[in-house]
Amino acid sequence: MTKKFISGNDAVAEGVRLAKPHVISAYPITPQTIAVERLSEMVEDGSLKAEYMHVESEHTALAAAMGVSSVGARAFTATSSQGLLYMAENLPYASGARMPIVMMNANRAIATPWNIYGDQMDAMFLINSGWIQVYVEDAQEALDMMIQAYKIAEHKEVMTPVMVNLDGFVLTHTYELVEIPEQDKVDEFLPMINLSEQIMSIEEPKSLCISAGNDFNMEFKIKQERDMHNSVPVIEEVDKDFGDMFGRYYKGMLDTYMCEDAEVVMVTTGSITGTTRIVVDAMRAEGKKVGLLKLRYLRPFPIERIKSSLKNAKVVGVIDKNISFGYEGTIFTNMNSTLITMANPPQSINFIGGLGGRDITKGNIRDAYESMLKANAGEAQDRVQYMNVRCEK
Amino acid sequence: MSQKLNARNITNEEFFYGHKACGGCGESLALRLAMKVLGERTFSALPAGCMSAVSFIYPNMAFTTNAIITPFASTGAVAAGMAAGLKALGIEDTHTVGFAGDGGTADIGIQALSGAIDRNDDIIYFCNDNEAYMNTGIQKSGLTPYGTKTTTSPAGDNLPGSITMKKNMFEIVAAHGIAYAATASVGYLEDFMMKVQKAKETKGTSYIHVFAPCPTGWGHESNITIDLAKQAVDSGLWYLAEYEDGEFKLNRNPKEFASVEDYLKVQGRFKHLTETDIDVIKAHRDKKWEKMRKNWL
Repeated sequence: MTKKFISGNDAVAEGVRLAKPHVISAYPITPQTIAVERLSEMVEDGSLKAEYMHVESEHTALAAAMGVSSVGARAFTATSSQGLLYMAENLPYASGARMPIVMMNANRAIATPWNIYGDQMDAMFLINSGWIQVYVEDAQEALDMMIQAYKIAEHKEVMTPVMVNLDGFVLTHTYELVEIPEQDKVDEFLPMINLSEQIMSIEEPKSLCISAGNDFNMEFKIKQERDMHNSVPVIEEVDKDFGDMFGRYYKGMLDTYMCEDAEVVMVTTGSITGTTRIVVDAMRAEGKKVGLLKLRYLRPFPIERIKSSLKNAKVVGVIDKNISFGYEGTIFTNMNSTLITMANPPQSINFIGGLGGRDITKGNIRDAYESMLKANAGEAQDRVQYMNVRCEK
Repeated sequence: MSQKLNARNITNEEFFYGHKACGGCGESLALRLAMKVLGERTFSALPAGCMSAVSFIYPNMAFTTNAIITPFASTGAVAAGMAAGLKALGIEDTHTVGFAGDGGTADIGIQALSGAIDRNDDIIYFCNDNEAYMNTGIQKSGLTPYGTKTTTSPAGDNLPGSITMKKNMFEIVAAHGIAYAATASVGYLEDFMMKVQKAKETKGTSYIHVFAPCPTGWGHESNITIDLAKQAVDSGLWYLAEYEDGEFKLNRNPKEFASVEDYLKVQGRFKHLTETDIDVIKAHRDKKWEKMRKNWL
């Protein structure tokens, strides 16, 4: 077993190398750059047998990946922030065409004001793009998800692109000890499959990305929606199979920590989960019934597992590293529409923080839990609260 | 190079038919003939535009070969991706082509095209130039010539229609040091097919800029498309040239230009032009030809 002390970006590149894409088309943007630098080195030294396309923009990065995918080859691209927004037009294009592309997105703030640090405004903009969205917590999960992502995207019942999100800098640039799976095991887990039934081939030529007017358009879209929901059991199964083979289980759509008997539960995504877990440990030691729910996937949304995981919760907090201006955090909105379908819906509070890379400290998270405990004790709390901020609401 | 193609020896097989293009459409003719030269192992990328709008209407598909509609800006990008994918999969003896319009090439798609040429991706890029955004209803593009009335460059008391001259795409493309580039016209189809054949045999990026009249957008009778395309070349308002091995070559050099007025007056888009406007057009033509005759012969 090989272990390497590497950054999140390096881990992405290692995972991509193991997944053996045929073509990488990417455009550099901070904080994604190191991932694509490593991939270009791997292509140069021959350890990754792929074409590396030096594209002239993110728009072309994804459009080229669509071309690659349309002929049945495995495509990878990576971006962040402004780059993700620049390629935005192509995201629903690729998902509507049912192309199993995998993209790494380094979550970063979007201008203006300009800011290169991490928040989740970028991916949240594209939550309706028809891509599966997964958020990872550490470098190991980043590597492992590159392999899982292709398995999910290329599944016959799914055929949907996957965006793997890593918090900018906090994950992309932090070094951790990462286990590198063995290539032959990855090959066994992720065989190169023939997608020619769905895509172009010489034997059976196809017209792709066709027009469908009002006579047919809804049927295409509803099938796309159906298959996005179909991806839920596939995601669970792929994660279980991955765990059986590599010994690391991520619990599929979501993971929980001390949730079973918790009266107040914080919902997290990505790297803030680790910090929150430490706060849970400290507060549990004080006898407080607190828990944690780590949302791994935002699309598809883990409706059923959220409901079963939170059935004993009285107050649910949601950390959002984004704002949907004029409303609230996007994950909070999504959570609430699931919570109201529960037999006894818990109260919910939104904690917005981390914008433009602002720290969310253990103290901030403890304050948030204390607010939830007060709400549980019947004390009125603001429905939307900002973490670690100086200005008035 | 293989046998010279003409009406007698070109294949009877059709790869692009059953589409809903207008009668007399020059662009669909160029596409149909290009496909005959390229054959069944062709992968085509078409952006939003007339040719994609008329040929991919579910469930009626007009291509018998592999084809894809691309985002408007992405003809060069998607074609390049297909070529890279085919290469990586080891699928050999294929041709990957882009068929874009004038706006799709010279305006919104110029960046992706430039990237593909820079990488020398093994694609053939066709610019089907009918001198405006026809699919959206005849709006001015970067290839709309001076004095053209379009729905966004109206002619009136203050303006003669379009006041820009027409981007010089052929030389812009050539300036990249592209493997092969040519201009062509649906008025001279043997010349066009010869150039498609050359592009087919070229390793690396090729670009063919084919001039194609549009009865609907230009306001002319649908039975004069070919004549009009010929007249454009003969009057010097278009030209047939190649860029090969780093050298420009003018393929057709009329001793005397045919009448510009005769070309303009049969088209609704030019009906309003005054003598002064026509003088501007002729002066621009003469300057261009002086340079071409000096350097490209």
